[in-house]
Amino acid sequence: MEAGILLLPGLLRGLRVTLEVFVLGAMLALGLSFAVGLLRLSRFPIVRTLAAAYVEFFRGTSLLIQLFWLYYALPFFGVELSALAAGVLGLGLNYGAYGSEVVRSAIRSVPKGQWEAAIALNLSPLVRFRRVILPQAWPLMLPPFGNLLIELLKGTSLVSMITLGDMTFQAMSLRTTYARYEVPLFLLLLVLYFLIATATSAIVRRLERRARVGRSA
Amino acid sequence: MGDEWRWDVAWAAARKIAAVVPVTIAATVLGFVVAAAAGLAWTIARRSRSALVRGAVEAAMEFVRRTPLLVQLLFLYVAFPRLSVFAIGVIGLGLHYGAYLSEVYRAGIEAVDRGQWEAARALNFSRQKTWTRIILPQAIPPIVPMMGNYLIVLFKETPLLFAINVTEMMAVAKQFGSETFRYLEAFTVVGVFFFLMSYPASLVVRWLEARFGRAG
Repeated sequence: MEAGILLLPGLLRGLRVTLEVFVLGAMLALGLSFAVGLLRLSRFPIVRTLAAAYVEFFRGTSLLIQLFWLYYALPFFGVELSALAAGVLGLGLNYGAYGSEVVRSAIRSVPKGQWEAAIALNLSPLVRFRRVILPQAWPLMLPPFGNLLIELLKGTSLVSMITLGDMTFQAMSLRTTYARYEVPLFLLLLVLYFLIATATSAIVRRLERRARVGRSA
Repeated sequence: MGDEWRWDVAWAAARKIAAVVPVTIAATVLGFVVAAAAGLAWTIARRSRSALVRGAVEAAMEFVRRTPLLVQLLFLYVAFPRLSVFAIGVIGLGLHYGAYLSEVYRAGIEAVDRGQWEAARALNFSRQKTWTRIILPQAIPPIVPMMGNYLIVLFKETPLLFAINVTEMMAVAKQFGSETFRYLEAFTVVGVFFFLMSYPASLVVRWLEARFGRAG
């Protein structure tokens, strides 16, 4: 108990950074998921190939290596990113690659007749996507997006290794001050991540229920 | 400044990193063996007849899956100071991915026809024999591609072992970078190493999926 009172304020100092990286990373990943997922369905083979290369590249290497590369290697090309920018960019690019697969397969599972009907009704491509395809693909995307969000949250702990002061980073520095409480310290840290993940998945579940309103299946 | 890419440096980094490839492979293989066994244990425990055991196992699995592997490794590292860092890495990877593999096993087990359970009971097979002779031999082959996927995911997470001082590829790259101030070559080379190993493996898994179909 005493340990908790002693350690919690320090960990909570990192909470803001963790949430900041989580939210910004998730926004970037969501944007990239749609952009790349749609590019992979493009009519032009070269666009499809480039989009596929991006996905394979980021899925084929580790998040930690990508973060280290963005933070430590990119300056050799004259691009100095702050730790926060490198962290958000790394998380966004990595989970955007996974998310684009979700978008691609959800859109492809909308029956072909829906596309044809939308074209027959002379809907513009934008309206076709926004009013016909997306409302049917979105409920399919939500459960896998929810899983990816939890993975992204867990991934934020890696930014501690590129000097960003998130919860894990705070725990590492508290560890040197309060050496005899190091076990409860990391246990507390695990619980904090669990609570954020549980809240996140509750929010996604609500979105899933809302997306299903007025729809069968 | 000499900021441009230097092949001689890249070559030196590659040689140092190549020397610890066996550490990464060993951590991956052993971690996966522990994960496969832990996953099976989780799976059997969550089918227990006691609701209390089932609830506790579900909650523990959820906790493991919703918390970062990095923090789990750090926790094990401070909680078990007597174990070697390599052993902690293997146990951490194994417990974490065991929780994921348990879902895969469950999908495989639920795909086995109910009649198989009933037939085993009718033929008076013991509970243990029912599992080892009837259910698992039918449940495991269809989930092999999905397990392959997790093997690759686990492989890509091994750089985290660097955080608990295991001398694997990432640790060597970081050390090379800080000694020579050539982070560009060090981290590019380590990335290339991971890609060269994981991408062919992922093609094999895709081939398995196409060949045997997706389970679950």
